Amino acid sequence: MNNLATELERSTCELTLENLLLTPEGQRVLTCIQCGTCAGTCPYGEVMDYPPRRIINMLRAGLLEEVYQSDSLLNCVACYACKAKCPRKIDLTGVLLPLVKEQVLLRRPEIPAELQKALENTMRYGNPMGESPRKRAAWVKSAGVPVRIFQEDPRPADVLWQVECYNSYYPRGRDASRATAKIFHALGIDFAILGNEEKCAGECGRLSWETGLSNTLMEYNMEVFGKYKFNRIVTSSPHAYDAFRYRYPVIGFNYELEHTVPFLARHVDRLKPLLKRKLNYTVTYHDSCCLGRHNSVYQEPRALLEAIPGIKLVEMTHNRVNSICCGGGGGGMWLDTYYKAQGRERLSERRVKEAVATGADVLAIACDYEVSRFEDALKVLDHDKKMVVRDITELLAEAMEV
Amino acid sequence: MAGNLWVVAENWRGKVSDVTFELLALGRELADGLGVSLEAVLLCHQEKEFTRDLGAADTVLFLDHPSLAEPTAESYGAALAQLIQERKPQGVLVPLSNVSWDWVGVLPAMLGAPYLNFCKDVRVVDGKIEACCLLYGGKMEARVASASPAILGILPGARPAANGRIQKQASVEEVKVEFEKTPEVTFKQYIEPEQGGVDITQQPVLVSVGRGIGSQDNLAIAEALAAALSGAVSGSRPVIDQGWLPLSRQVGKSGATVKPKLYLAVGISGAPEHVEGMKNSELIIAINTDPQAPIFQVAHYGIVGDAMDTLSALTEELQKASARKGA
Amino acid sequence: MHTVVLLKMVPDVVEELEVAADGRSLDTEFLRLILNERDNHALELALLLKERHGGKVTAVAFDAPEVDEVLFAALAKGADRAVKVTGAEPGLSTRTAAYSLALVLPTVDGLLPADFILAGCQAIDDLDGMMAPLLAQEMKLPYLGLVSSVTLDSADRKATVQKEYAGGVHGEFEVRLPAVLGIQAAEKPPRYVPVAKVRAAMKSQTIEVAPVPTLANGGEAAFHVLSMAKLEAAGHAEILEGTPEEIASKIAEVLVARGVL
Repeated sequence: MNNLATELERSTCELTLENLLLTPEGQRVLTCIQCGTCAGTCPYGEVMDYPPRRIINMLRAGLLEEVYQSDSLLNCVACYACKAKCPRKIDLTGVLLPLVKEQVLLRRPEIPAELQKALENTMRYGNPMGESPRKRAAWVKSAGVPVRIFQEDPRPADVLWQVECYNSYYPRGRDASRATAKIFHALGIDFAILGNEEKCAGECGRLSWETGLSNTLMEYNMEVFGKYKFNRIVTSSPHAYDAFRYRYPVIGFNYELEHTVPFLARHVDRLKPLLKRKLNYTVTYHDSCCLGRHNSVYQEPRALLEAIPGIKLVEMTHNRVNSICCGGGGGGMWLDTYYKAQGRERLSERRVKEAVATGADVLAIACDYEVSRFEDALKVLDHDKKMVVRDITELLAEAMEV
Repeated sequence: MAGNLWVVAENWRGKVSDVTFELLALGRELADGLGVSLEAVLLCHQEKEFTRDLGAADTVLFLDHPSLAEPTAESYGAALAQLIQERKPQGVLVPLSNVSWDWVGVLPAMLGAPYLNFCKDVRVVDGKIEACCLLYGGKMEARVASASPAILGILPGARPAANGRIQKQASVEEVKVEFEKTPEVTFKQYIEPEQGGVDITQQPVLVSVGRGIGSQDNLAIAEALAAALSGAVSGSRPVIDQGWLPLSRQVGKSGATVKPKLYLAVGISGAPEHVEGMKNSELIIAINTDPQAPIFQVAHYGIVGDAMDTLSALTEELQKASARKGA
Repeated sequence: MHTVVLLKMVPDVVEELEVAADGRSLDTEFLRLILNERDNHALELALLLKERHGGKVTAVAFDAPEVDEVLFAALAKGADRAVKVTGAEPGLSTRTAAYSLALVLPTVDGLLPADFILAGCQAIDDLDGMMAPLLAQEMKLPYLGLVSSVTLDSADRKATVQKEYAGGVHGEFEVRLPAVLGIQAAEKPPRYVPVAKVRAAMKSQTIEVAPVPTLANGGEAAFHVLSMAKLEAAGHAEILEGTPEEIASKIAEVLVARGVL
């Protein structure tokens, strides 16, 4: 356990701005050609005093302290748009920006109240809502199908299904979890969940600067995973997927890993015969930042949707790599009040307008942050009678009902 | 011989507080149950006329001294400690209110006497005093007995104040105590809250928000509903602490006591400090995700679930209804 | 200037509280303790005073599960010393805790005299008294509770404090130092402390330990809990169920029936 902690601290301590520049990734930062594509593609680029381009310029001029004193980086929702478009392929979102963000927030005398609460809750209860860990698996009772919990039945399983916080505690998230459980069951997947032992994977901490929080969760999660035998981890949360894929390997994570959508897409041939009910919906699919732009998962969600009889897919203007973030990443999930106070249009509203413009009935999603953000935006814009938000798993489960 | 049952009256800024009459009503029951006299203790400076209000007691022990102009820990505490040591009542009911807070806090240590806090009810059982105390933010109640003399901190609302307002002249005895210490605490002034804006005590409908609304953003939803109901938004302490609502909107012990026709408690757990400010509302509807929230004890109707969904749906329902009426 | 802040761990009500088998106490199996909220405000106020006037802040807490993390967090936030009081019975009554603290505090090197001793004005498990006023009395110091603002006049060894009253009224009082204050709220909400800073504090700082001197007399309990019970939740309210739209409909009906609409 101590070794794990030292490993973690060493690895994250290593990644300071000073010695970043000594690493290949850091060297790449210095090859920036100041083209400004990052700022142009950033959803909040026009309101940032220091978009990535300027940050790199300030870095080169030795003037980073000015950047640290600015609030500008609180607007970064970690959507990977800048990284995806950078002609030099600099990992802005994954490497540079979190380091700068950390310094910004350490210097602020206070952080926005909602974000503070979310971080404190995650540290204490393993979820940002501040709900008791002992209620995390409460949704299982109403799943309608058996959902094995490792703690109660520690036999090996093929799949450890990491459900994550919003899909465990939020009513609409639970809808997606129940749907996923039904699909897994129908496919005969041998799966189990951690239940009340599960805690947040910690991506929220990392991307909103709280590396201490992320590290604590990483240690905990590795320990819990180590207690059970399973072949792969499948997670409903693209953010958890990112955490496991890109952060956890530094402390020895080497499990097979998939997000539910690609996992189910691999089983689409067995799934298709179960989708008996015709759903006459026009659906537009929102490519989430982590799953889509960051991990290039574009074809699989569409394949699943098209497998449902009666579904007609339409694309929004900005789709696939050009998708517009819902605004939930990088701590954005808990900074809405802060953004509102700045007089900012919420990204979720911007996106929902695009969705409604397609004329679709359903906005399909695959990320647990999105359902509440988009449903909220639909209400605020008075479109909630025109369009509903559904997780892909909810649509699949609906098509399975006879 | 068993001592009498005492109630310490509370008077503040020229008025005997309502809570005094609640205590007198309770005190009368206890004194009768114990077969002893009920005595009210009035500490004041040049306010002898208040003894007339305390007719529910058999005797009023009345103490008038310049040091008692404001209820500080040292002055009131020292005075009561002396009186209690001299007269040896077997139980002393004291109000749990902001006004009496300081001396209630120090008195048990001054006397070396037992004290029971958060009493929502007190009864005589087998000739002894037994209190029912609310603990853990109102989530648990404990039945507690204590040695005598016991000082009992009574929560507001233990009995209806009306039952303690008796038109009768109690016998009044003026008593004296020694004030030796130079005061270390000096009263300066009272600072009134900023005037203007909404007076929540005058609103027929309050949509009151607590920690459970999650973010300041959701206030807009509460405001929309309040507007649809021709009311106003109020809040519990945590929301004011965060700066999401001004102090003038606070309901509870350190805020306002309200009695609207409708009190909609949204994401409010119902801790005693809040409940005391709204429990006499005519209709109380509470929304909370926690089915064990103490607010459901005092509410007439409850909804276990997400507040924002319900509020939005309700606003819509009301807007539709008023559109129908207008049509 | 030196401020001592008393921190108490109390049951965390986010977890379901259950009654133990003895019917008179809390079941401890899933019980978690959390820092008393008002004490967190007291700590914040102490740190604000330090930022304004310099000096030192010492956090003091009785030994309890998870208290180490709380004390390290206090150090990470800017407290200068942390002292853990050990050797006391768990589940102490507030009265006994105050009495023990009055005996322990003078034994801690360099702790007293302090200008301010701050504690939250109350805690949810204060069955037999409140810490700040009881401690003040034991230490023969002046006390004011429900304090929401403190202005120091160090030249004259005085402080002006504001107390909260109902209806948003504040009372302004002057108190000679040293004094004990029961804090209702700091002027700002309690600050956040990054986890990394707390972990750094765990490595680089230490929590001092102060054992409770044997009490002069064990003392018979002044009170007995005869029974404890969960409040029958929803024993009073009629619970409305259904979709938000259905519930809204029902509420509208009730409002019409009750003459609100």
